[in-house]
Amino acid sequence: MAEIAPAGSDLLIVSSSPHLKTRETTQRLMGDVLIGLAPAAGVAAWLFGMRALGVMFAAVASAVLAEHAVAVLGKRKTTVNDLSAAITGLLVAFNIPPSVPLWLPVIGSAFAVLVVKVMFGGLGGNFLNPALAARALLLAAWPVHMTNWVRPFDMVATATPLATLVPKGVAGLPLPSYLDMLIGRIPGSLGETSALALLIGGIYLLWRKVIDWHIPVGFIGTVAIMTWIFGPQGLGTGDPIAHVLAGGLILGAFFMATDYTTSPVTPKGRLVMGIGCGILTVLIRLWGGYPEGVSYSILLMNVATPLIDRVTEPRRFGLVKKA
Amino acid sequence: MATGKSFRGGIHPLYSKESTEGKPIIDAAPPKTVVIPLHQHTGAPCEPLVKAGDTVYLGQLIGSSQAFVSAPVHASVSGKVVAIDSRPHPAMGVSLAVVIESDGQDTPDPSLAGAGSLEALSPDDLRKIIREAGIVGLGGAAFPTSVKVTPPKDKPIEVVLLNGAECEPFLTADHRVMLEETNDILLGLRALARACGASRGLVAIEDNKPDAVDAMRRAIEAGAAGDLDVKIVLLHTKYPQGSEKQLVWACTQREVPSGGLPLDVGVVVNNVATAGAVARAITAGTPLYERVVTVTGSAVAKPANLRVRIGTSFADLIEQCGGLSKQAGKVISGGPMMGIAQATLDVPVTKGTSGILCLSRDETPADVVGPCLKCGRCVEGCPMHLAPLWIAAYGERGMHEEAERLGAMDCVECGCCSYICPARRPLVQAIRLSKGEITARRRQQAAQAAAASK
Repeated sequence: MAEIAPAGSDLLIVSSSPHLKTRETTQRLMGDVLIGLAPAAGVAAWLFGMRALGVMFAAVASAVLAEHAVAVLGKRKTTVNDLSAAITGLLVAFNIPPSVPLWLPVIGSAFAVLVVKVMFGGLGGNFLNPALAARALLLAAWPVHMTNWVRPFDMVATATPLATLVPKGVAGLPLPSYLDMLIGRIPGSLGETSALALLIGGIYLLWRKVIDWHIPVGFIGTVAIMTWIFGPQGLGTGDPIAHVLAGGLILGAFFMATDYTTSPVTPKGRLVMGIGCGILTVLIRLWGGYPEGVSYSILLMNVATPLIDRVTEPRRFGLVKKA
Repeated sequence: MATGKSFRGGIHPLYSKESTEGKPIIDAAPPKTVVIPLHQHTGAPCEPLVKAGDTVYLGQLIGSSQAFVSAPVHASVSGKVVAIDSRPHPAMGVSLAVVIESDGQDTPDPSLAGAGSLEALSPDDLRKIIREAGIVGLGGAAFPTSVKVTPPKDKPIEVVLLNGAECEPFLTADHRVMLEETNDILLGLRALARACGASRGLVAIEDNKPDAVDAMRRAIEAGAAGDLDVKIVLLHTKYPQGSEKQLVWACTQREVPSGGLPLDVGVVVNNVATAGAVARAITAGTPLYERVVTVTGSAVAKPANLRVRIGTSFADLIEQCGGLSKQAGKVISGGPMMGIAQATLDVPVTKGTSGILCLSRDETPADVVGPCLKCGRCVEGCPMHLAPLWIAAYGERGMHEEAERLGAMDCVECGCCSYICPARRPLVQAIRLSKGEITARRRQQAAQAAAASK
């Protein structure tokens, strides 16, 4: 039972409207992303064991410590509580082979946080996806480590399914079964192999309204359609299911391209970005030199995002288009 | 009955109307003193027509202005004028006000009288009655109603649309008025239509008020709308459905142009309670000296819908509702989305006060502002289809021309953007500041242009 104070109390808070806010906060959104990534992280630990756990831990620790150190050195309040550094670290880990030496994700995460994010203003300031930009750096600097793909469980070096799928890949390799590709029992980057785990996480994010469908559907849909059309034996002979399940497409479409800061602010803009990512991914996979195009296509569309935003500006209510 | 087309944007907050929506309106205890601001409407403030020491009747004219956009004010009690001085105002900081000590008699002004039947009154007669009764929009903006039903000759009015949406959470005053003053509302609608030349009327009600919809429908069927073509529009419940431009669009699919008014698309919008006040001005000559106020919120013990004399202090009303709890955080004039937080309870209820919302400290935590993630939720929520993140960013950096170019002046300050921002950025506040700067600059340019052309 509330105690009654005399009217005219001088303890009133005065601030601007609105006086009601949604319960959602930046931290909760980031927390949901971590939950969405959890299934894939769990599958990675199952497939690649202690190596995977080590890489994930090293990447996350490096990212969080880097961001925290910057705050401490700059005598500012730490920002690691918003969980975005942890996510960046985990995504760095997801995008590299599990076989890498542990100093590699440490460098990758530090670069992602310090250069790509903090130097451009911190959360909300980066113009490239930090984890993907870090991956690009790592691939350029240490190409051998970054392409040392290993099989799950016995960690024997082999090629990824994409090597079989793409025209310029390794000839004669058998494609793994769709089931193996769905579950993740294939070589690949640490977090990209299990389509199923990633889809579960992706659907969780959609359900929680952390992301909307426009980027994933635009991206994956475009890749599926284009890879089916431009098949190896002529038009309409492609294997869209394999292309969708292989490589980093599902990881990229649900967790990387959807990063708020580096994607358009309107649903229409996001659809444009998704389709653009799809087109670029297919261009690289089918006609480019690399077997995987997802990370570069996202980075290129990140850069295009301000332009997409300008072109897809919502029509203001009541604004009559001048003839 | 038609169903309104829901506008794009908006939010679905918790409406929290359960504590008062079932409570019939009760008269607030007669106030001992009333403080009646001379500026409680959009437009020019009134000049006082009385002085300290004067005796006044209930409903007596105590202030007026010659300006076109203005409305006179009347005594809300009978008694003696004790002072005319500057007093705190719930929306304008301070205002010159007439302070009257009540004699408890409610002696009515003998000159007040009904005007007879509606059919005998011309549009000019009606506008004069509405003006002289001091009627302003009771939805909150307090725009002088007589001005609203005096459209320019080149902008004919086809529809009078009554706003029964009451989309702000917590507020239930309009809901109760629709249930308890249904016939007055429809008579007022007929009068407003006659005054501005409209050929039909619409009464728009959100679907979270099915009893009000029902009451209105029965009243129309029983003939309370006379021979005016009146239809009810059932609105999808969403905030801010009651915002004028969104309401016009939902009911007529006409888009009020940027910088324009509903009259630009042949519509006049009035709050349902305003229509009720118009009816009483015609039938009994009653000027606007009281209104229904919802006193509610978790920090007040006995929430209620009160019929309040203009000028009664917030303190008196909160006291009547069980007093303010020790955990009170904010006392808001209006609703939680657009209401104004008060610094003192010694402010009077004005014609625009729709609610007194007492929120606890737990409900009003100090927000830690984070960086903009560019998540786009504000863009999705904006009913005016603006991009608040960019406008606020420009506003914060003093780049008001860019903010104007992106549509800052179209912002209706509904608060959807700030509500939905996960980073708790003060978007509405930044845009409001920018709008102020833009308005000041425009005024300055207009003054310079006027001076240059001399």
